[in-house]
Amino acid sequence: MRLGSGTFAACCVVVEVLGVVLFLRGFFPAPVRSSSSSKHQAEPPAPEPSAGASSNWTKLPPPLFSKVVIVLIDALRDDFVFGSKGVKFMPYTTYLVEKGASHSFVAEAKPPTVTMPRIKALMTGSVPGFIDVVMNLNSPALLEDNVITQAKAAGKRIISYGDETWVKLFPKHFVEYDGTTSFFVSDYTEVDENVTRHLDKVLKRGDWDVLILHYLGLDHIGHVSGPSSPLIGRKLSEMDGVLMKIHTALLSEERETLLPSLLVLCGDHGMSETGGHGASSTEEVSTPLLLVSSAFERKPETWLCVLWSLSALSADVFFVHPVNPVWPARGSRFRSCWLGDIRYPKHVQQTDLAATLAIGLGLPIPKNSVGHLLFPAIEGKPMREQLRFLHLNTVQLTKLLQENVPSFEKEPGFEQFKISERLHGNWIRLYLEENNSEVLFNLGTKVRRQYLDALKTLSLSLSRQVAQYDVYSMVVGTVVVLEVLTLLLLSIPQALSSKAELEVPLLSPVFSLLFYLTFLVLSAVHVIVCTSTESSCYLCSLSWLTAGGVMVLVSALLCAVVSALTKVLVRGKLLSKNAAHSNSRWSELDLLILLGTLGHVLSLGASSFIEEEHQTWYFLVSTLCLALCHDIYRNYLPGDDCEPQRCLHVEGGFDGATPALQDKNTSSAVLELNRGCKSPSSLGTLRGYEKWMVLASPWVILTCCRLLRSLNQTGVQWAHRPDLGHWLTSSDHKAALSVLAALSLAVIFALIQRRCSPASKVAMALGLLGVYCYRAAIGNVLFPWQQDNKDISKGILEARFVYVFVLGILFTGTKDLLKSQVVAAGFTVKTVGLWELYSGFVLLAALLLRPHNLPVLVLSLLIQTLMAKFVWKPLRHDVAEVTVMHYWFGQAFFYFQGNSNNIATVDISAGFVGLDTYVEIPAIFLTAFATYTGPVLWASHLVSFLSSEASSSSALSHAGFCYALIGSFPVSAYIILVTSLRYHLFIWSVFSPKLLYEGMHLLITAAVCVFFTAMDQTNTKS
Amino acid sequence: MIATQENTMKDTDIKRLLYTHLLCICSIILSIFIPSFFLENFSILETHLTWLCICSVSVTAVNLVLYLVVKPNASSKRSSLSFKVTRFVKCCVYFLMSCFTFHVIFVLYGAPLIELVLETFLFAVTLSTFTTVPCLCLLGPNIKAWLRVFSRNGVTSVWENSLQITTISSFVGAWLGAFPIPLDWERPWQVWPISCTLGATFGYVAGLFISPLWIYWNRKQLTYKNN
Repeated sequence: MRLGSGTFAACCVVVEVLGVVLFLRGFFPAPVRSSSSSKHQAEPPAPEPSAGASSNWTKLPPPLFSKVVIVLIDALRDDFVFGSKGVKFMPYTTYLVEKGASHSFVAEAKPPTVTMPRIKALMTGSVPGFIDVVMNLNSPALLEDNVITQAKAAGKRIISYGDETWVKLFPKHFVEYDGTTSFFVSDYTEVDENVTRHLDKVLKRGDWDVLILHYLGLDHIGHVSGPSSPLIGRKLSEMDGVLMKIHTALLSEERETLLPSLLVLCGDHGMSETGGHGASSTEEVSTPLLLVSSAFERKPETWLCVLWSLSALSADVFFVHPVNPVWPARGSRFRSCWLGDIRYPKHVQQTDLAATLAIGLGLPIPKNSVGHLLFPAIEGKPMREQLRFLHLNTVQLTKLLQENVPSFEKEPGFEQFKISERLHGNWIRLYLEENNSEVLFNLGTKVRRQYLDALKTLSLSLSRQVAQYDVYSMVVGTVVVLEVLTLLLLSIPQALSSKAELEVPLLSPVFSLLFYLTFLVLSAVHVIVCTSTESSCYLCSLSWLTAGGVMVLVSALLCAVVSALTKVLVRGKLLSKNAAHSNSRWSELDLLILLGTLGHVLSLGASSFIEEEHQTWYFLVSTLCLALCHDIYRNYLPGDDCEPQRCLHVEGGFDGATPALQDKNTSSAVLELNRGCKSPSSLGTLRGYEKWMVLASPWVILTCCRLLRSLNQTGVQWAHRPDLGHWLTSSDHKAALSVLAALSLAVIFALIQRRCSPASKVAMALGLLGVYCYRAAIGNVLFPWQQDNKDISKGILEARFVYVFVLGILFTGTKDLLKSQVVAAGFTVKTVGLWELYSGFVLLAALLLRPHNLPVLVLSLLIQTLMAKFVWKPLRHDVAEVTVMHYWFGQAFFYFQGNSNNIATVDISAGFVGLDTYVEIPAIFLTAFATYTGPVLWASHLVSFLSSEASSSSALSHAGFCYALIGSFPVSAYIILVTSLRYHLFIWSVFSPKLLYEGMHLLITAAVCVFFTAMDQTNTKS
Repeated sequence: MIATQENTMKDTDIKRLLYTHLLCICSIILSIFIPSFFLENFSILETHLTWLCICSVSVTAVNLVLYLVVKPNASSKRSSLSFKVTRFVKCCVYFLMSCFTFHVIFVLYGAPLIELVLETFLFAVTLSTFTTVPCLCLLGPNIKAWLRVFSRNGVTSVWENSLQITTISSFVGAWLGAFPIPLDWERPWQVWPISCTLGATFGYVAGLFISPLWIYWNRKQLTYKNN
């Protein structure tokens, strides 16, 4: 089958989008969440089950603890407390662990082992997925149901000192707080001083219910000098002192109150052997969790642990741990103590703390919590209360299971829950009938065991849903993407030939042996993976037919790649026989384009370069302008005498220094130079004014780019710098903004109208007027007669007025295109039609962009005009170069608008323009368009430029192919990079948002390629 | 006969080229170490601007001295004093112009417009020292010749070839020097314009090293149109 290269490229990109979607689905596991999680109103707690007899205990049980102190030490690894280090440096804590009224656990953290998601896990009990970040776009605050919010709703007074992440996550939750930043890693005393200095005062006051202390010093020491540094010991001693202070204060206060209090010591994540964290090694995920309260039973002093305390200091005795063989690898003291008193800390999940805290404080368990209650904490309570707590937890987990697993009835946990609930009911009946206490106790123990089993099963099957990356789907997605990219790369010579057609072997692979073999192998692999894997997998959850379709796609693509490869090899042999006649050397511009693209792709491997990607594009675009400048001067100034050459230098200097020099009459010197420049013969074809503009245009473009760069500061490092955008949007400068907006709209009209039909000219003018009215209505800009902005509306009428014109212009453009196709009316109708489509997009962009960004639109139009008229046309760049330049400028403009690779910079307000309420589809479309205005406008300019200027008919299809290639190259490379960096510290904060942006960008590219193909089709038909 | 003569000419030229380049490299290295004997607290990173001044002055001086001693291009016929003076003045004007042009280009590339003007300008001066000064020495204030040297197949001697290489490598070095700026390593040399000046210096030194070797390596292939 023969395909045009544009069509081929569009098909490829569409398939690639499928691959990327599959990859994203595997990379971002869907979170387990309750469907009612957005609403915070408290549902009535589940009543106590009862068979027959009615129990009247329907309220939440009262709190177990009057006060809770959470001491969170960043990067506290389990062996810092339970290991030899703990014994040496934390004597008081060791005393509490061994003999005090305490329960100790090793809490396992889920990767990414980074502070913020860990705090979320501790407080919500859920495993935070990345989707959460996307869901609450702009607000860093935690909107999910969590212990802190519940406690606040219940009127508890909460105080937080330490890492300011808490303050960001829970704004307005704390009656008192002092956030310390974890910015200066080298500071490890001050950060903790800032927490401890409040302690005395707060402990004395006692007018609070929950106190949260987050110490950062240990983490900082780890980052700087690793876990074996002597500083660690000193820090641990300091922490031990803090714990002692808090504990004694709590004990002394308890005498006055009835209820005991609870002290929680935990770490958010561990520390690897090099001192870092973020990944999933045992050292990083194991954290200690210590619950101390006088409500717990004190432990008897056993002789074995006395023995231990002697041996732990002298030597490590090696026993193979019966449950977890990882233990002996690290110096932990349990080795010596597991024989008699089996008190080595039990392994629990970090998420279990939320449920325990909720029960302890008498709050409802957070809805999305997948953890189960730490049973030892309630062991001392009467049987009825114990069962009540367990029941509450089981009900919550079952509800979550029902909402997330479609076939929940078949889950073993659900069946266990039903059984235990029935038993519980029976027990309650017996209890209310005042039966024999011993029978009651025995039966109760049975019910309790049943509940605990149910809890464990439920919690396990729930946390399995979110546990880790779905590597299988990721691999399949990557394979699809890479195959498509290889196919595109292999078909470059054919696709860019003058015919712009290529033979796509579609039928032959279907009948080839290779296809069936691959298909069989892949199906076998699929069955094996799906039956063996424990964690949930998206591909496996698909129906067999769909999965089979994916396999067919993968194997067909593989066959296509193989056949393309053989073809290329054969042709390569032929060519080498025919001797190297293709000696056309690469120009500097081509070299720059190639190196720039490669360099940009490589830079995506570094988190800083992703954060500051705009700098890469600005840099590349500036270099491109200089290269163009070099090209222009070499072509236009061959220079017979030295005069004209000098003029270029001076002119360059002048022009760059004063952008206003565009109107050449400002100084006589320039005029003189201008005359000097006239002499070269190769400029003879151009008139004086045009020649001058050709020479000046790269500098004008550079100046424009520089102005735009200072309009919006984005990125991370320099984002706080003052920029023009902030200056303009501040309310003091509303008049300036109004003038600028009006001026910009006028210039937009002036630049866009020259090639429109009269009707759309009028529509454009009215539309732009409407844009200004809309901005005035919502109070962004002022009318000259309007002094104060009293009446601010949503501007729905005005915005819809503009939408009418946008649709009208787009409709006229489409009509013209169709007319040119049907009637064969000719070239001009088509050109006008394309230009009208383009101007329709411009009008929509003018409406959606914030008023201070209108200059971006103006300068983009200006640069496009200059480039088209004075650079591409006279220099006769080939289609591939023009396409790549459009792509680069499109990328640069994406950042000029103020976007970045952070989700937070997406302007969601664009989705509400002209809409009364949130309507999903238009809002998403408008937001996407507003965000990707730059790339979309440059791509549509490319279409209209090429169809109006290009000499050959295959230009559009070449351009489509190049656009597809250059768009899909970074995505493919980035997918591989992200897969290899999936345990990187910044995977959630930097790499994942960028992945989403890349995915979205590929979608836009696919749309652009389809658009190209459509235009190309009309071209060939007419 | 003529060919062998030419070859020996070339060989001696390459040798002289190597020696002059080594002298230039020495001047840069000395500009790093000598001032610390006279100035207190001198170091490249902390007193970067001082170093920039010293480096550009010493490189300019060495270039001038070498030009006067070695005289790579054929002596001009007219050598009246007034001609020499105008030529010198022209050279100075050209140098200043190139400094300003570079400054403007840096600003267009994103250097701050108002802050750090002195730093940016000194960087421009340094880059001009590495590129414009050798051009002025070798080719004189004659942009036509400059354009010829920097277009493809335009070089006419060993000297011009090495000039081409060192100039381009200085530019590429400065260009590459901008890359570490966005990285979050928080090193003192990542501050504008230190990494760029260091990059330009490294590029220049590398060009000085490479060009004699490269020319020596390719001496068979290189044929220069004699003028």
